[in-house]
Amino acid sequence: MVELIVDGHRMTVPPGQQLLAACLAEGIYIPHLCHLEEAPRPAAACRLCFVEIAGVPAPQPACTIRVASALKVRTDTPAVRRLQRMALRLLLSAHHIDCRRCHANRACALQSIARFLKVGLHPKPLMAIARPDEVDRHHPFIDHYPRRCVLCGRCVRTCRNGNDHPQFSFTGRGIDTVVRHYASNLALDKRCSECRRCVAACPVGALQWRREGAGASESVD
Amino acid sequence: MSASETSPLEAWTALQAEAQQRERQRATGHPIQITVGLASCGIAAGGMETQAAFAEAIATQGLPAELRTVGCCGHCYAEPVVIIDHPQSGFPALFYHEVNPGKVHMLVRNFLLGGDPCLEHVMGAMEANDLLPAVNDFARFGLEKRIVMERCGRIDPASIAAYLADGGYGALASALALSPAEIVARITAAGLRGRGGAGYPTGEKWRLAASQSATERHLICNADEGDPGAYMDRTLIESNPHQLIEGMLIAAYAVGASRAKIYIRAEYPLAVSTLEVALAQARQHGLLGDAILGSHFGIEIEIFQGSGAFVCGEETALIRSMEGFRGTPRHRPPYPSVSGLFDAPTVINNVKTLSIVPPIIAKGADWFRGIGTAESPGTAIFSVVGDVTHPGLVEIPMGVTLRHLIFDVCGGIPDQKHFKAAQIGGPSGGCLNETFLDTPIDFDTLAEAGAMMGSGGLVVMNAESCMVDVARFFLEFTQKESCGKCAFCRIGTHHLLTCLEALTKGKAEAGALELLQTLSEDICNGSLCGLGKTAPNPVLTSLRHFAEDYRAHLEQQRCPGLTCRPLIAHYIDLEKCARGCDACVGVCPVAAVFTTSTRKKGIDIDLCIQCGECIAACPPQYDAVRVVSPPALAPRVERPQTDPPKNAEEG
Ligand SMILES: Cc1cc2nc3c(=O)[nH]c(=O)nc-3n(C[C@H](O)[C@H](O)[C@H](O)COP(=O)(O)O)c2cc1C
Ligand code: SF4
Ligand code: SF4
Ligand code: SF4
Ligand code: SF4
Ligand code: FES
Ligand code: FES
Repeated sequence: MVELIVDGHRMTVPPGQQLLAACLAEGIYIPHLCHLEEAPRPAAACRLCFVEIAGVPAPQPACTIRVASALKVRTDTPAVRRLQRMALRLLLSAHHIDCRRCHANRACALQSIARFLKVGLHPKPLMAIARPDEVDRHHPFIDHYPRRCVLCGRCVRTCRNGNDHPQFSFTGRGIDTVVRHYASNLALDKRCSECRRCVAACPVGALQWRREGAGASESVD
Repeated sequence: MSASETSPLEAWTALQAEAQQRERQRATGHPIQITVGLASCGIAAGGMETQAAFAEAIATQGLPAELRTVGCCGHCYAEPVVIIDHPQSGFPALFYHEVNPGKVHMLVRNFLLGGDPCLEHVMGAMEANDLLPAVNDFARFGLEKRIVMERCGRIDPASIAAYLADGGYGALASALALSPAEIVARITAAGLRGRGGAGYPTGEKWRLAASQSATERHLICNADEGDPGAYMDRTLIESNPHQLIEGMLIAAYAVGASRAKIYIRAEYPLAVSTLEVALAQARQHGLLGDAILGSHFGIEIEIFQGSGAFVCGEETALIRSMEGFRGTPRHRPPYPSVSGLFDAPTVINNVKTLSIVPPIIAKGADWFRGIGTAESPGTAIFSVVGDVTHPGLVEIPMGVTLRHLIFDVCGGIPDQKHFKAAQIGGPSGGCLNETFLDTPIDFDTLAEAGAMMGSGGLVVMNAESCMVDVARFFLEFTQKESCGKCAFCRIGTHHLLTCLEALTKGKAEAGALELLQTLSEDICNGSLCGLGKTAPNPVLTSLRHFAEDYRAHLEQQRCPGLTCRPLIAHYIDLEKCARGCDACVGVCPVAAVFTTSTRKKGIDIDLCIQCGECIAACPPQYDAVRVVSPPALAPRVERPQTDPPKNAEEG
């Protein structure tokens, strides 16, 4: 076992344990969106889970650290908070905020992270990227809201891990990057109707199971 | 595999002797040798037409001449270049510049048939002589130090015999007589650092990969070369592919690789076909495949054509792309040397890095350390473009100053204009001002200045350039090329770009410069891969070294470099404009130039799109067109009713 000291709390973890998972298991919250416990390698894409490790000059994403030897970690230094707040502001600036009409309202990771980091949901005017809300209906049963998507990739990876072929994948570059469902495949579509894991994996309101004939803004519970 | 009785060195000596024999025969059959530079740069300048014109003349006139092609000699400003070796004329081999088909006919008539070398078209002689200056006496030739490019433009890239006869593959033969560990030790002792941008010690990378216990190891040559304006890797491959192959074989042997691949962008068709020919020749000569040079070592080299995305040059993205996934970077560690292609230890090196390996093995670590600086031994290759007299590819020792490179080697800035900035390292690099002219350039000094060696792009800019616009240009590129994986890079660069665009339009809000600074710092610290970590460098360096440019745009809507079109105005100085001249009228794409009541010319401010064509058209003795910023400084000249704008006429 390896000893960890996180924000003064002492804990022991098996060697090789992921630092973020270890902290979350101990009830020490670190903001995160792209973390996927069962994934063999971290995506390290959302850039929210920064921590400072004694002896390491710059903040590191906790999901990328495998604990090999004793570590002293702080989760709340000014450098950490600065990066986390900027990462969140950036995500929000590209996000279509309309929580009242969103099925994820009150269960949304963006909302809780914003509360935790004390960042308002509406970023400063200089930062907002104006893009109209959209619904992408490429998937036979699942609606995708690209303007709510934080591109954490959890749906893509959940599906890739659970099924041999991911139904969703990334496309585009830069600010135009989106998650998209490509050409339907009957066998896989059938599996989707039983699986639905990607919808559950989405930390925000970007994926929604579509009821036959349901309108875009109606929610399905 | 069974090794034959002869040693690799003996096998190579036999190959070389045969190649030399072939080269001699080729030369004696043809008393005149005509060499045309036909890399992509030469072709773009019309080299194919030049070659065809010579070919036709040789065929129709029965000239005893042989037409050879070589790659790029680095003197891209002089393309198409031709070297004529005509010993019977009494002249040494001569270097001709800008040879178009018309010049070809003249050279055939006067020199090849008539013995007059047309000296006014000669740049210089290829060797020292009593008759005329040698090219090596010119700064642009003589001040360079060529290790990697030594054979570029000198040998035929399509001929393995030319490479062998010139000593090629000799380093491989001697390497195969050493143990892999000895080679790694020699590369480490030489202090070779990776030329792909970051300058990571090559020996260390090789040692790490070789020390992994694994059944399979890979070697990948990174020829993605995605920087806008960088083309040295392409040139090296097009001009001397065998040196890269030789370097890859030595590297593969040293790290114990069983698979070797070249990742090259599909947009480089000539480089790809040059490599294919070279690989086939190497295979025929027993230099590729099983039992190379009769040794126990064998390997194949495959070509992998990538889509040419900039981010695919990043090593983890490159690996993902070769594995058949979307080319997005992954977190490191694990580094590819530990876990790379299909999770096997993988050494990834740049084209230049691998091409330096054969000379190091042949001449030794001390020789290499004797060039360049203590921390960055060897040479650097820059593609120098922009406001310089002699642009092109330049190989110089590490540690020379920018001043030496720009003013001595590349002939300085044309038109007596002043130096303003040098942008080094492309989208990951930075803009340096004149205080850096005397800084020796190597990996570490550039990093300290906030720039980086990157791919070796060097854009020289005179006083009429705008650093805000330069930053905007690079951010536009990086934003388009961001893989979109992480928030800082995907969204952060978009905001940087928006802010820079607002500045260049004079529409930025208070606090814009602070936002640029903070956001840039956070993108550097927060991004996942090297693309995002370095993307703000053009902004950070220009903010640091050209703060006045930014303040002028923000506070006065003024562009000091007279570049940002929304912030400038063209007008015609009525004192200077010549009555009756209408040189500028026809060139204006929007018919903004009108005739004043005094029969001079004026510019309709409402129509003018600030393209600058009229400046170029105005005869130098009048030089009447002026540019000012902010636009309000331009005097308003009323358009007389008698000369209404065209569209009004039509309507
Ligand atoms: C965005 C990005 C683009 C890159 N593009 C290239 C490239 O085109 N060619 C290259 O050799 N290295 C490129 N690199 C560097 C590679 O990741 C890697 O460090 C290099 O190929 C290692 O070779 P070296 O050790 O010989 O320098 C790039 C890095 C980044 C972050
Ligand atoms: S995804 Fe979250 S933050 Fe976005 S609209 Fe829905 S509830 Fe609000
Ligand atoms: S429902 Fe299951 S199979 Fe279908 S896309 Fe989502 S994760 Fe993949
Ligand atoms: S749809 Fe949801 S899970 Fe998928 S990338 Fe977007 S935010 Fe993440
Ligand atoms: S700058 Fe261009 S558009 Fe303006 S007057 Fe001159 S030629 Fe015409
Ligand atoms: S959870 Fe670590 S970067 Fe997203
Ligand atoms: S996409 Fe590479 S740093 Fe974010």
